[in-house]
Amino acid sequence: MSPPNESDEKPEIKSHGGLGESTRRTFLSRLGMAGLMASAGSISPALGERSGKEQSLLSESKDAIPVTLRVNGKKYDLRIDPRTTLLDCVREHLHLTGSKKGCDHGQCGACTVQINGRRVNSCLCFAAMYQNDDITTIEGLGQPENLHAMQAAFVAHDAYQCGYCTSGQIMSAVALLKEPCGPDDAEVKEFMSGNICRCGAYQNIVSAIQSVRQNAKTQKPA
Amino acid sequence: MKTFELTRAHDNTQAVSAAANATTAQQGAEIRFIAGGTTLIDLMKLNVETPQKLIDVNHLPLGKIDNLPDGGLTIGAMVRNSDLAYHPVVRKNYAVLSEAILSGASAQLRNMATTAGNLLQRTRCMYFRDTATPCNKREPGSGCAAITGVNRSLAILGTSEHCIATNPSDMNVALAALEATIHIRGTKGERSVPIGDFHLVPGDTPHRETVLEPGDLITNVTLPPPAPGNRSLYLKLRDRASYEFALASAAIVVTVANGRMTRARIALGGVGTKPWRSTEAERELTDQLATPAVFQKAADAALRDAKPQSQNGFKVELAKRCLVHALKLATQNA
Repeated sequence: MSPPNESDEKPEIKSHGGLGESTRRTFLSRLGMAGLMASAGSISPALGERSGKEQSLLSESKDAIPVTLRVNGKKYDLRIDPRTTLLDCVREHLHLTGSKKGCDHGQCGACTVQINGRRVNSCLCFAAMYQNDDITTIEGLGQPENLHAMQAAFVAHDAYQCGYCTSGQIMSAVALLKEPCGPDDAEVKEFMSGNICRCGAYQNIVSAIQSVRQNAKTQKPA
Repeated sequence: MKTFELTRAHDNTQAVSAAANATTAQQGAEIRFIAGGTTLIDLMKLNVETPQKLIDVNHLPLGKIDNLPDGGLTIGAMVRNSDLAYHPVVRKNYAVLSEAILSGASAQLRNMATTAGNLLQRTRCMYFRDTATPCNKREPGSGCAAITGVNRSLAILGTSEHCIATNPSDMNVALAALEATIHIRGTKGERSVPIGDFHLVPGDTPHRETVLEPGDLITNVTLPPPAPGNRSLYLKLRDRASYEFALASAAIVVTVANGRMTRARIALGGVGTKPWRSTEAERELTDQLATPAVFQKAADAALRDAKPQSQNGFKVELAKRCLVHALKLATQNA
């Protein structure tokens, strides 16, 4: 039997509402802009320049240094303050907002990314120290139209409620596939203990991970 | 976070000379080496560490684990905790070290944290981490808020009237039981320090935690050859099943022959101001039969000098039971 067509299982994620390509973030910022326009019409002409101005404020700290990063296979030449963590860098400078800031102290795992294939807490990395490294964020793992098997499994197993910790959970889970993690659920829980889920979706997170591991095993030639 | 200058050291000599300009290698150092960053960046965000200059040492050639001619092992300062814990020789000959490391932090943090960095891990005492409160370790002479405050997780061994902060590392406890040696390169050349002498008890200078001087760079850690026929293990007791610091832990390296313990090395974690080697317990065990009564005598000896605070009296009994149970596990079916 041939494996099922992957696209058959993919959830459809489409933009709605006639605003063109829409994500939760752009949708929310449009809401914000709409609110501003409604309450203060006089400042609306400046809004078009907003993101450009924000960008220059962020990148032109007096202590900024030139930094070249390779994120999701793409090279970025930046000028950033050395205090910029990798998390803040990908979110605020590269606008890759999938990685989330939870505790900002390496205690929750929401910021988990991979550096050279190993999972790390990006909130405890200074971006300038990771030039010449291969950095992968959730955006580099898969896209709505082409999900990574782990992303698809999280959808299929309902492995989240609010979704805030999910990208960190998935980045950890994908790294776990290459780590010496034993077959049992208890072992998966131990390996995933650096990712906190306040909604408590743990059982479904473990199910999602185990299903990907099981599929990988059965798809290997005998 | 205070701003800083970031530089990268390309060789050990460059690293040592760049750091030698600091006035201290202890709390308040203006120049810091940065490796995994898991402690340092955390504390910089809290303004507990405010270095003016960071020297990135991640690219120094200190990332290897090698067998030594005498049968021991040398571990480079930059070896990541996960690589050390999963190294086949460590798993086989120094199981206590592998187990200790894997019982600490999370998979992400272990991928980042280094051997030398873990040796220098700072306390989790909440008053040390909070610049709004007095702390003799963070600000000498300001007082200790923990002694009259929330001290449930703090130390009962090696404390002073100035500081009761616990050394939080699991790796260090295993290294103490394995009698590791720390190798340091400094402005006056190279030197070696046994792990028992590397960390300092607080006394009246809690801001001095190690013997390190300005410019000192830890290059590697060596382990002696494994004692023939030894069994080793790490038992950690904590509030959560994972991703939590120890309330009490025990590292055991013991050799049993004909039911008798011919050699024992014991260290405790979660209860001391430094990784707590207990030669008192070792004396009670050596050449004795491996029985519960002997284990209890060793545990009583290890905790004889314990000074509990207002909220952590339970740690005395917990540490004893931890040690007794660890000894039982390490010697059963031997």
